[in-house]
Amino acid sequence: MSYVAFADRDHEQEHHDPETFITKYIWSQDHKVIAIQYGLTAIFVGLIALGLSVMMRLQLGFPNEFNFINPENYYQFITMHGMIMVVYLLTALFLGGFGNYLIPLMCGSRDMVFPYLNMLSYWTYLVSVIILVASFFVDGGSTGAGWTLYPPQAISQGTPGIDGGIILMLVSLAVFIVAFTMGGLNYVTTVLQARCKGMTLMRLPLSVWGIFIATILGLLAFPALLVSAIMMLFDKTLMTSFFMPAVSSMGIDPGYSGGSPILFQHLFWFFGHPEVYIVALPAFGIVSDLISTHARKNIFGYRMMVWAIIMIGGLSFVVWAHHMYVSGMNPYFGFFFATTTLIIAVPTAIKVYNWVLTLWQGNIHLRVPMLFSIGFIFTFIHGGLTGLFLGNVTIDLPLSDTYFVVAHFHMVMGVSPVLVVLGAIYHWWPKISGKMYNETLGKWHFWMTFLGAYAIYLPMHYLGFAGVPRRYFAMGNTDFLPDSAQDLNAAITISAIFVAASQLLFFINMIWSLKSGPKSDPNPWDATTLEWHTPDHPPKHGNWGHELPEVHRWAYDYSVPGYEDDFIPQNVGADKAPAGRDRGGEH
Amino acid sequence: MTIALVFLGIILATLLGWLVKQTINTTPWEMEAVSDTAHHGPLGGTTDKSKLIALVTFLAVASSFFALILSAYALRMELGDWVPLTEPQLLWMNTVMLIVASIVFQWTRNASVNDQQSRLKPGLLITGVLTLGFVLGQFVAWQQLQNSGQLVSSNPSNAFFYFLTGAHAVHILGGLYVWARATLRVVLGTGSAEGIRRSIELCAIYWHFLLIVWLVLFGLLLST
Repeated sequence: MSYVAFADRDHEQEHHDPETFITKYIWSQDHKVIAIQYGLTAIFVGLIALGLSVMMRLQLGFPNEFNFINPENYYQFITMHGMIMVVYLLTALFLGGFGNYLIPLMCGSRDMVFPYLNMLSYWTYLVSVIILVASFFVDGGSTGAGWTLYPPQAISQGTPGIDGGIILMLVSLAVFIVAFTMGGLNYVTTVLQARCKGMTLMRLPLSVWGIFIATILGLLAFPALLVSAIMMLFDKTLMTSFFMPAVSSMGIDPGYSGGSPILFQHLFWFFGHPEVYIVALPAFGIVSDLISTHARKNIFGYRMMVWAIIMIGGLSFVVWAHHMYVSGMNPYFGFFFATTTLIIAVPTAIKVYNWVLTLWQGNIHLRVPMLFSIGFIFTFIHGGLTGLFLGNVTIDLPLSDTYFVVAHFHMVMGVSPVLVVLGAIYHWWPKISGKMYNETLGKWHFWMTFLGAYAIYLPMHYLGFAGVPRRYFAMGNTDFLPDSAQDLNAAITISAIFVAASQLLFFINMIWSLKSGPKSDPNPWDATTLEWHTPDHPPKHGNWGHELPEVHRWAYDYSVPGYEDDFIPQNVGADKAPAGRDRGGEH
Repeated sequence: MTIALVFLGIILATLLGWLVKQTINTTPWEMEAVSDTAHHGPLGGTTDKSKLIALVTFLAVASSFFALILSAYALRMELGDWVPLTEPQLLWMNTVMLIVASIVFQWTRNASVNDQQSRLKPGLLITGVLTLGFVLGQFVAWQQLQNSGQLVSSNPSNAFFYFLTGAHAVHILGGLYVWARATLRVVLGTGSAEGIRRSIELCAIYWHFLLIVWLVLFGLLLST
């Protein structure tokens, strides 16, 4: 099938090229279909990871009750849960899913600049997911090295899955990085090259800004993971000693000498820390748009918000070693990285203040996407503040190996982005499917998820202060811990099962909506951004029919004084609407 | 990690400078008439400019990849068990081949831009032969090392040598795939002159990039 770029086509020609089911939904080059493919695949592996976390919690809450969970399994569950959630769910969903869906629609272009490459990106991603899932079934099972895959234990006797498991894990990561690079080149080029007339960079919705900067971070940071994965593969299969020191494992000398495990940690976290923001920045951007739309108020400090995203992106490359305080680093290094870490709090706090100030005196509609957005502000502040604790070397050292860290990063980069993902799905669902969902069921879903998540992670902070070590299969002889720690663990497990089960509401709601939900209005939230103003609803291949949109204003003209509606779409010109908020403008 | 940081600093500074230019002194909340300067692009199709931007972005990714390997090299080198590797003399010849390939490619590119069609075929073929020669030469250098007992697991400096040259060769092979497509179109006489010119221009940039990467790698390997 040859693809003819829309710009090269005769405008009189009807756009009906993807004709068969296969070209329309399987080997599709349409960014919207690819986005849905990415989204469904990511959610599918995400559900596997959710199941794994429930298994872990069963063991922690009720030790020795379930004899199908042994220490080996437990470590495999931990590893795969972490890796899937961070890389295969969140990264793929935000950039492959939302990036693909929103960038062309919000920029006013017909498709990604390289549709074929885009399709290739999805299928390569699918291959990486299949390799990853295959690692569950090889001899010895998947790797149990922890999601950070630290050597030497990742490839030493005693760790589960040191044969097929770790090799498939590393290969899968390498394939994922190739897929991401193909997608990332597309996102960057499309934002830079395919914006419609009038869409200057500073008129882009913050969602696009977040995705754009996150993509740049990904493009520059993922090579670090690729390098470390390849070098670890060398160590495993060719017996090199990049990372492997001289070890004697179970009385046998495997033949390594002189390698540096710390070198791996540097490479891994050089990717790993920007990765946090690869997940967070799209969430920041999307939540800004959700809050502004549902509070009927322009985002507070748009330029500040853009520059905060850029500053966070830049700073995220110089903080990686705060994950390595316990590796025995030079105190001056520790001081340097603690300082840069705390500096990141400044642009991040600016964003939080601006979200709150956007809400202030807004006309707040507590619809489902808005509930999730406000929930995000809570969990993000919570997780962010504990980040200030852990950013300091002296506080991190005693807390590093406790549940405090687990609570911190789940709050800040687990719960928070997931709340945004859910809010964003509820927000754009009418556009994607053309149907409405059940609002009440959505609200139940929010409250059960939000309160349940707090019931899981708030107590974990106390467990951490009490000194409950993380990564342990069972607590063993830890006399310094009161018996109540175990009771708290049981309570956390029950909450975790509750939250996992309440996600059913979401799936029931969405499947019901697809089958028999009412047709939605083309612009149910009265939003200004371009994707709500497509000629077809939901948008068809090529997005804009015959005429591309022309943009006349920024994305946040809500509640403009002297205008009848409380929003002015971006593609409405001055002849049809006033120029906005009496600050000069082009009157 | 200093090497990676310096590299990143350069990329981020370039990006920041560009972003400042785009965003400073704008007042997005005010309405302005739509001007054609505000409209950057071809509205969705794949164009020369977008291909160039994609290529440059990819070069940034590839540079990041190599800069990180070099960072790892510098860190690992300081540990006690490092025994410097004596590089095979053959690498000098390979380097010369790659330099000449780059020069010939530039010559072909200029011919293509100036519409001297008769020079394209010899130019492309010579470039291809030289580049293939480079890859084969690298392979022979590997054989020489293996035969002299310098295996990949013998010493970290060996492992890095194989890793660096291998990673570089893979990038060259990727370039040769694109080169082969352009060359086929020239040889068979299919495809428009315009399309071929675009292909050759982008390929030439990629060749120069890989030459620079190789010179940096080779310099580092020789000096350590």
